[in-house]
Amino acid sequence: MPLTTIDEAAKKGVSAVQRYSLLSAQALGNLFRRPFYGADLITQMDKIGVGSLPIVILTGFFTGGVLALNTASSLAQFGATAVTGQLVSLAMIKELGPVLTSLMVSGRNASGMASELGSMVVTEQIDAMRALGTDPLKKLVMPRIVATVVMMFFLTIVSDALGTLGGAFVSIFMLGQEATQYFHSAYQTLQYPDVVQGLVKPLFFGFIIATIGCFYGMNTRGGTQGVGKSTTQAVVVSSVLIIFVDFVISKFMIGIFGR
Amino acid sequence: MATSEIAPDVSLVQAYPDAPALRFDNVSVGFEGKDVLENISFEVKRGETRILLGPAGVGKSVLLKLANGLIKPDSGRIYVFGFEITSMREEDLYPLRDCIGMVFQESALFDSLTVRDNVGYRLAEDHLPEDEIDRRVAQALCFVELDHTMDKYPSELSGGMRRRVAIARAIVSRPSLILYDSPTGGLDPITSTTIIELVIKQRDVYKTSSIIVTHRLQDAFMIVSHRFDCNTNKMEPLPPNQTDPQTSFLILHQGRLAFDGSTHDLIHSDDPFLKEYLS
Repeated sequence: MPLTTIDEAAKKGVSAVQRYSLLSAQALGNLFRRPFYGADLITQMDKIGVGSLPIVILTGFFTGGVLALNTASSLAQFGATAVTGQLVSLAMIKELGPVLTSLMVSGRNASGMASELGSMVVTEQIDAMRALGTDPLKKLVMPRIVATVVMMFFLTIVSDALGTLGGAFVSIFMLGQEATQYFHSAYQTLQYPDVVQGLVKPLFFGFIIATIGCFYGMNTRGGTQGVGKSTTQAVVVSSVLIIFVDFVISKFMIGIFGR
Repeated sequence: MATSEIAPDVSLVQAYPDAPALRFDNVSVGFEGKDVLENISFEVKRGETRILLGPAGVGKSVLLKLANGLIKPDSGRIYVFGFEITSMREEDLYPLRDCIGMVFQESALFDSLTVRDNVGYRLAEDHLPEDEIDRRVAQALCFVELDHTMDKYPSELSGGMRRRVAIARAIVSRPSLILYDSPTGGLDPITSTTIIELVIKQRDVYKTSSIIVTHRLQDAFMIVSHRFDCNTNKMEPLPPNQTDPQTSFLILHQGRLAFDGSTHDLIHSDDPFLKEYLS
């Protein structure tokens, strides 16, 4: 690769990070500036939160179920099927609940934000909004960020609960385990740091989903093809960032809480 | 000329009553290393209409976006009602943009909002009562003769109707400066004439300062050679050899201002480019 190409690529990368940081900071700063678009916030909460509920319920339930199936067959070799509930609840609440929910919400909403805002950019609707005296970062970006962060928190709780129930369904009705035993071990193993870890992650993941979706949407160039490109990039980048940030938060939390 | 920030309680348009509605002072702008506009200087007096002509891709739309502060120039200064907008922060520009109406090339209507919500968007942002919004929207739609389209979505309208809704959206807040970006672009001759009639009506009834970007010479000459008759509610031609004194021309060529003057000066210019362009 010629040196100038590397140079250009590096400059583009740094510029993209700079623009992303600026967009995120400005959108967050707008939280405390008037006017506050409460109605838009509620609309986005409905779209992102309530709209994502079916996929989160299905994903959570079946993930818990398959987790119970796999762990029970492995644990059976050691005669330890009694701890199936423990493994399912820990895995769901600490890791799979937040991450899988975020990936599903990212696939649904980061793409939606990028395509919606991208279409508005290429049809000059964003310019029209600015010309009409409205700040698009306040009107469009801020409500999406706040709504995603807030709703990701609740969607993760739903996913955790449904995952544990899915595991219970498989353990009780398919593997013939005692319901009391499953729920007792699932509940007893959980400690305060596990719950904190499981509920802090979706806040970060929600922020990533919304800011990446909005960033690619607001920086769309090149007509309908550009909208498609932005949509794909938003999902890919937000998914990779979620996995990466999950690792960083897990390491950090384990360092603090020791588990 | 002032460079200060806008005080929220000052009537912006009258803050500097002697200042022109718009002034470009040696403005240059380029994209990706390529100069688009170079050293552009002109002004639009209050109540004056400037028709901006030029070949496609010469930077006419860029000039309008510069005038509204949607793009920042690389050098030079732009003054709107005496306020230097080139040094203003984006949030300080929003109150000033309330005094400017803009009609975009492809209308740029919000496709998820009805015609009523599109036209009344600015009024709703200003938290006007719903009754007042309905009244003002109906008035603006009546002006463009589309009062029956209130509840329709932009996708349900024809190209010409969308352009008229865009004009209604631009005039609903009674701006003091209107920027028309190719209002007749891509429209059939009959619809174009309807749009030009609206532009002339706005100019002659409300005396609003404006810049009209077009690459259609017949539209440009129709604007200078017609007036709006409020009694008949129709535009009519001015007497032969007479043109509207408040309307003049700007012509861009290769990123520079090739002409800035009256209709008479334009027609009698000896400039080879202008002769070829007008032929």
